[in-house]
Amino acid sequence: MAIYVVRRILSSVPILLLAVTAVFFAFQVIPGDPARLYVGSDASEEAVEQARRDLGLDRPVGVQYLSYLARLARADLGRSISTRRPVSVELGSRFVNTVKLSLASIVLAAAGGIALGTIAAVNQGTVWDHAATLLALLGISIPVFWLGLLLMYLLSVQWQLLPSAGNDTWLHYFMPTVSLATFSLAFIARMTRSSLLEVIRQDYVRTARAKGVPDSMVVLGHALRNALLPVTIVVGLRFGYMLGGAVVTEEVFAWPGLGRLLVTAVGQRDIPVIQGVLLVFAASFVLVNMAVDLVYGFLDPQIHYR
Amino acid sequence: MRALVGFWRLHRLGALGGALVVLFFVTGLAAPVLMPRDPNQINVQAALQPPGRAHVLGTDNLGRDLASRIVYGARVSLYISVTAVAFGLIAGTGLGTVAGYYPRFDTPIMRLVDMMLAFPGIIVALTIISILGRGVENLIVAIGVVQIPQFARLAHGLTLAAKDRAYVEAAVAAGAPDRRIIVGHILPNCLAPLIVQVSLLIPAAITTAASLSFLGLGVPPPTAEWGAMLQNSLQWARLAPHVMVIPGLALMLVVFGFNVLGDGLRDAMDPRLRTAGSSRAASGSTPPG
Repeated sequence: MAIYVVRRILSSVPILLLAVTAVFFAFQVIPGDPARLYVGSDASEEAVEQARRDLGLDRPVGVQYLSYLARLARADLGRSISTRRPVSVELGSRFVNTVKLSLASIVLAAAGGIALGTIAAVNQGTVWDHAATLLALLGISIPVFWLGLLLMYLLSVQWQLLPSAGNDTWLHYFMPTVSLATFSLAFIARMTRSSLLEVIRQDYVRTARAKGVPDSMVVLGHALRNALLPVTIVVGLRFGYMLGGAVVTEEVFAWPGLGRLLVTAVGQRDIPVIQGVLLVFAASFVLVNMAVDLVYGFLDPQIHYR
Repeated sequence: MRALVGFWRLHRLGALGGALVVLFFVTGLAAPVLMPRDPNQINVQAALQPPGRAHVLGTDNLGRDLASRIVYGARVSLYISVTAVAFGLIAGTGLGTVAGYYPRFDTPIMRLVDMMLAFPGIIVALTIISILGRGVENLIVAIGVVQIPQFARLAHGLTLAAKDRAYVEAAVAAGAPDRRIIVGHILPNCLAPLIVQVSLLIPAAITTAASLSFLGLGVPPPTAEWGAMLQNSLQWARLAPHVMVIPGLALMLVVFGFNVLGDGLRDAMDPRLRTAGSSRAASGSTPPG
């Protein structure tokens, strides 16, 4: 087991390194002069040359890459072109906000999705099943930003129940959480339903029923415990996607998170900030994936480690 | 024809999705015939009119006819999503097949694919747009690249499975060149799952394109694009909610259509899921609200 854990942790290192490399070289091919971008379009030729030397852009690409790695190792992500503040400072508080929103959303999505999927599977073929299935289909079809806009229109503009922008109070969490959670909730519901339907046909469930175990106990105690194994993986993966995919939701509700920072940075072509956000996304996604694999290893007694 | 009737019997909802998808394709392809009115024709006197006799779906803040803009928007979405998915299908299937067929290419290609899958699609697309700049062509490239790893992973798995089958071993034993084995024997047998994948990735491409346009990083104004229309509706929704409701509804109906069609196709092609599929298809008797 310990060997499996160590091996799993080590196996994410090359992926991370590859991501760092991709993030570095992707912006080498960018049209335009990064030194000119840094000092602004009306700066003098000398200032551009000065910036080129300061930023190390006059050195060969290979050397730049190695020094980029060395700076990363010291958590130095460079400075933002637009605010001139260190990128790591810009990222810090934004990351916390994105994690808070994603955590709230994944809890809602997991609880709601498992409940909806269970209702559908237990009542297979009835009106309840059809309603839940249709609801899940609508949930994976509705565009996140449109759902956000509708919520905002109804709850903030028409009925003035909730604040529409920012993250100051817990009331601010409601609409962004619902928007971000809906797709995952529907996805998890579909997954739970099909997984549960498969498990319900298994021999041990029939045995439990034959023993006279009450229906609710069969579902909760026997079927759901096993059906939720694959769902756990999906919940973990969806959480990883939420951390990066909250871009649109954050933009709609002016949520001061990483996604919003990225959109602004892309608009301003603030390359150090773009690179920093991308690295944080990659690192968190790889970490979440690793955690999912490890948790799954503990949960599923059928997995043997070699 | 009989196959179509059979599909309708088993998968009502899937057939409904198919109808929506056909409607989307026809609308997009025939936009100039269906809507002779110019989608960019400005008429400030008729601004923000609710749906009515003169304008079936009303007008936006510049008095542009929303029905025309929705129909031409379908054309833009269709063009972007189909070309982007075709790009991803060709590049991804190529990479995945090569990785699956030649062991020495397997690790390098598939590690790259894993790395790309470590980023949510919209982030990859945003990055590419930040490098290439805005515009419809760059948007297509960005969304196409997002699809590559999805197709590559599927094609990789299918190729690995096909390699062990007798018909491929027979072709190898007969001395057929690699290219003929891949193109003539392996790819045709990957076709069905790839088609299902296309039906699932087109709506993803449509949503991503609309999201990027909504963020102001996709199709530039004044082109009639559903996401860009929603961005524009932000300031006017208070006065005229229909400018916000209608483009979103169009977007959702198309994505919904593709999703249920994809479900239906997957069930139809995988008999193991048929029981679950028929119960899901039965829910088609209640039309979606």
